[in-house]
Amino acid sequence: MLEVENLHVAYGAIKALHGVSLKVPQGSIVTLIGANGAGKSTTLRALSGLVKPASGTIRYDGREISKLPPEKIVAGGLCHVPEGRMVFANLTVHENLMMGAYLQRDRKWIAEQTEYVFGLFPRLKERESQSAGTLSGGEQQMLAIGRALLSKPTFLMLDEPSLGIAPLLVKTIFERIVEINREQGLTILLVEQNANLALDISSYAYVLETGKILIEGPSAQVKADPQVRAAYLGA
Amino acid sequence: MDWFLQQTINGLGLGAIYALIALGYTMVYGVLRFINFAHSDVLMLGAFTAFYIAPKIEKLLGSQSALACIMVFIVAAALCACLGMLIEKLAYRPLRNRPKLTVLITAIGVSLLIEFTAQNEKVFGAAPQPFPQLLPERAIHLGNLVISSNDVLTVGVTIVLLVAMWFIVQKTRVGTAMRAVSYNQQAASLMGVPVDRIISFTFGLGSALAAIAGILYAIKAPGIEPLMGVQPGLRAFVAAVLGGIGNLPGAVLGGVLLGLLETFAGGIPELSNYRDAIAFGILILILLLKPAGLLGRSSVEKV
Repeated sequence: MLEVENLHVAYGAIKALHGVSLKVPQGSIVTLIGANGAGKSTTLRALSGLVKPASGTIRYDGREISKLPPEKIVAGGLCHVPEGRMVFANLTVHENLMMGAYLQRDRKWIAEQTEYVFGLFPRLKERESQSAGTLSGGEQQMLAIGRALLSKPTFLMLDEPSLGIAPLLVKTIFERIVEINREQGLTILLVEQNANLALDISSYAYVLETGKILIEGPSAQVKADPQVRAAYLGA
Repeated sequence: MDWFLQQTINGLGLGAIYALIALGYTMVYGVLRFINFAHSDVLMLGAFTAFYIAPKIEKLLGSQSALACIMVFIVAAALCACLGMLIEKLAYRPLRNRPKLTVLITAIGVSLLIEFTAQNEKVFGAAPQPFPQLLPERAIHLGNLVISSNDVLTVGVTIVLLVAMWFIVQKTRVGTAMRAVSYNQQAASLMGVPVDRIISFTFGLGSALAAIAGILYAIKAPGIEPLMGVQPGLRAFVAAVLGGIGNLPGAVLGGVLLGLLETFAGGIPELSNYRDAIAFGILILILLLKPAGLLGRSSVEKV
């Protein structure tokens, strides 16, 4: 269970988040939607330690993590798949996956989990020894998710997994996200601009606007909210 | 023909040293995107470390013995690796998120600090001192060619180190992490890679190479003094850029090429006064044609 309370983040003089509070119960898929610049990515960056919050608390399983550096947060089971995927283009697909498993020592587990990832995304197995820079956008997204799964996470943060990807692959990737949630019991916090898609697979949703939570509720309810429909769902 | 082969041999001996130094520049550039100007001073400190420890080690392990020579290299490399990591920690790490120019100026500052501290009479003093002979020097005659055993040593040590570097960077976990950090530090830290430790390791590795290059250079040079690193350091920096900065095979290629160019230009009596002008003129031409260096690639990013 992740609990964020009254999170404030500023980049220099620019305040990006003014008091965001949210909860992600264990085993659920929760989504954070909102327009460009609303602070969605900043929220995830604060959760994974890439930016230090000015104030507020982030607790994971009761432990305060807001002051920890990123590598300690990954070690605690929270893994962040950043916006733009950030795969290591100069490394092969295999080496990318091994970097995901950087903190894992159990070779048997690494081998099994690699097979699991290849089962989810067979395309990655075909391209195992190819450099990641030669993959298509969708394949890079698969690799970014696969790499994250090798860090043995219990909590996965996905930042815009649909961004710049062919629609057909978006569908596959979202199906896999649901599958990972069910099969590996992974808690997922999904940040998306594609609100329709995100509301369909999540159970609870938060709508972020200019650094504040504007609306929250069960996804079906948020989807029916007239304000949300007008602003984010294009209805 | 003999002349050509002889110059090639001499050029390789020099180029191998440039290659070792260039590797340090290019590795640090690879992870931090800045030129560590203090690198050439670590080279000088490597030579001085050897200068001071060689008599002590030779007393233990025998004068001019192979074992003593190897120990001198290892101890000097280890000490300079620690020094390189210390420089990174004290001078560069606090500036990690500052503009690159700030770090660059700091590097020049560190370089000057080391050079002029070393020139103090209470430290090394400015006057050149004769470097001890670590191994007996012999001239090997092959037909009309003369090969110095020192050149054989230099090329041999360089090849061993290059293979070792290739193995570390391409085949080990820490090497893969170095490449990952070089591509994207944030993404690496999100995977749990301890970025600071990897950068520190890279500095250590580069500095160890500089120390070894410093000793090899000192063996050939008439004497050692606190500014001895400046010239080879500058050339190796050029070699790294020529090969494509950040690219390890490029650094080696650039170093060897520069060594050969210099030796060939210097070997023609009418041109020997112009050897640097010729060597660097050719480099400028190459860079005009291939601005990213011989093996450097302009990166393509998919969005």
